[in-house]
Amino acid sequence: MSSNYPNDLLYTEDHEWARVEGKVATVGITQFAVDQLGDVTQVDLPKEGEMLKLHEVFGSVESVKAVSDLFAPLSGRVVKVNTPLADSPESLNEEPYDDGWMVQIELANPDEVKKLMDVTAYQAFLKEQAD
Amino acid sequence: MITGTAEPRRTPLYEAHKQLDAKIIDFGGWLMPVNYPPGIIDEHNATRNAVGVFDVSHMGEIHFRGPRATAAVQHLVTNDVSKLADGHALYAVACRTSGGIVDDLIVYRVAADHYMLVVNASNIDKDFQWFSQHVGSWCELDDASDETALISFQGPKAAAALQPLTSFDLTALKSFDFTTTAQVAGLPVWIARTGYTGEDGFEIFCRNTDARALWDALLAAAREIGGMPVGLGARDTLRLESRLSLYGNELTDDTTPFEAGLAWVVKFDAGNFIGKDALLHQHTGGVRRKLVGFVMLGRGVARHGYTIHQTDPAGVGGRLGSVTSGTLGPTIQKNIGLGYVAAECSAPGTRIYIDCRGKWVEAEIVKGPFYRRPRP
Repeated sequence: MSSNYPNDLLYTEDHEWARVEGKVATVGITQFAVDQLGDVTQVDLPKEGEMLKLHEVFGSVESVKAVSDLFAPLSGRVVKVNTPLADSPESLNEEPYDDGWMVQIELANPDEVKKLMDVTAYQAFLKEQAD
Repeated sequence: MITGTAEPRRTPLYEAHKQLDAKIIDFGGWLMPVNYPPGIIDEHNATRNAVGVFDVSHMGEIHFRGPRATAAVQHLVTNDVSKLADGHALYAVACRTSGGIVDDLIVYRVAADHYMLVVNASNIDKDFQWFSQHVGSWCELDDASDETALISFQGPKAAAALQPLTSFDLTALKSFDFTTTAQVAGLPVWIARTGYTGEDGFEIFCRNTDARALWDALLAAAREIGGMPVGLGARDTLRLESRLSLYGNELTDDTTPFEAGLAWVVKFDAGNFIGKDALLHQHTGGVRRKLVGFVMLGRGVARHGYTIHQTDPAGVGGRLGSVTSGTLGPTIQKNIGLGYVAAECSAPGTRIYIDCRGKWVEAEIVKGPFYRRPRP
């Protein structure tokens, strides 16, 4: 299993990542999540303008095996959606942090960022889960 | 019965799967590979294009021995066992008095006084109990599941890849034939031309102690021609594209062979098998629900348990039934599924709606397998 976790990202226990730049966060799912899912066949994302609430479902990913919910790592309004991902869901398997990004959100509550894990904490969390 | 507290069981190939870096899951009480590093789609495609190697040692092998073995097996299954010659096998179901399916299985006739029934892993204990209860005094019943390993070798290049490993002439085995006298890679095995993928292929039985050597030899032969090990994930997509039912999904104690589209395995002239009266009644009176295959027309993947409806929520039609299996078919590149619907709405071409977690997606009922292998 890959240990591909960029150190400029923040992470959640639901295996989402967020790249926070000012008041905007780009959101996706981690290599661990992608490895668990296996081959992704469909990605359903919210529309621009929708409000995401912390920890609530904002979309879903279908893999060959099963369907999995996406949980918002932060609250905010969706300002950009990676629409090409709908036509090439396999890019989520190939590049979860690049072409596999899902949405950008304008943060409603920037304090929530402090609750996210940095890469060291996330990798420790993964290790703990595996034991 | 398998209980939640029981330690999951391992096949003799568990270490081999670990060494291949398989993703292991608890499948009905067995630690089994769901996929290897290439992933379900690559494994699926390797089986359709070359050959896939599957560990299915979790499946059960129950032997019936004695002068009344034929009568005993016939009492239990709906298909006509008297038609079998030595070295031939047939697909059948065992039913309850109600006509509900205890298990689907393959009956192998070794000799007039020796049959082997290959049953689903999750049903081994239930089946053995059922068989013992009904015909235990007719012949000797022997559950050899714990001593027997089973490797499935499936795909268009299966025969070409297997032949160099055995002096047995594989062209002598037609579909559903088997031999008990062959060797593969120097190991004593039984080879059957059976499978669960819609492809040509073989299922090779061996002793547990020989399983690793057999697996390694088969895998090496497979790799030479573009094959690979295949886990339960692709086993499911392969069988579903070929519209083969899975016990626990399409087939249960509460579904009958007529509902499940298995009328072809019910032979009323075959003798007084258990469930015959109920099935005769259903044969005459018809069934209220039927298993159908469907292709998703809208964007969505049907999954086990999703409900099936007659019209979208704006319409007035009611619930028709529910989905038993669904997936993306990697070869046909369509989202497909199987499910039970009211019999009057089961005709091919009928439009139905699947409730995909609150989103209603249109689908169309289709006839026959989603995928058929090209015939030479």
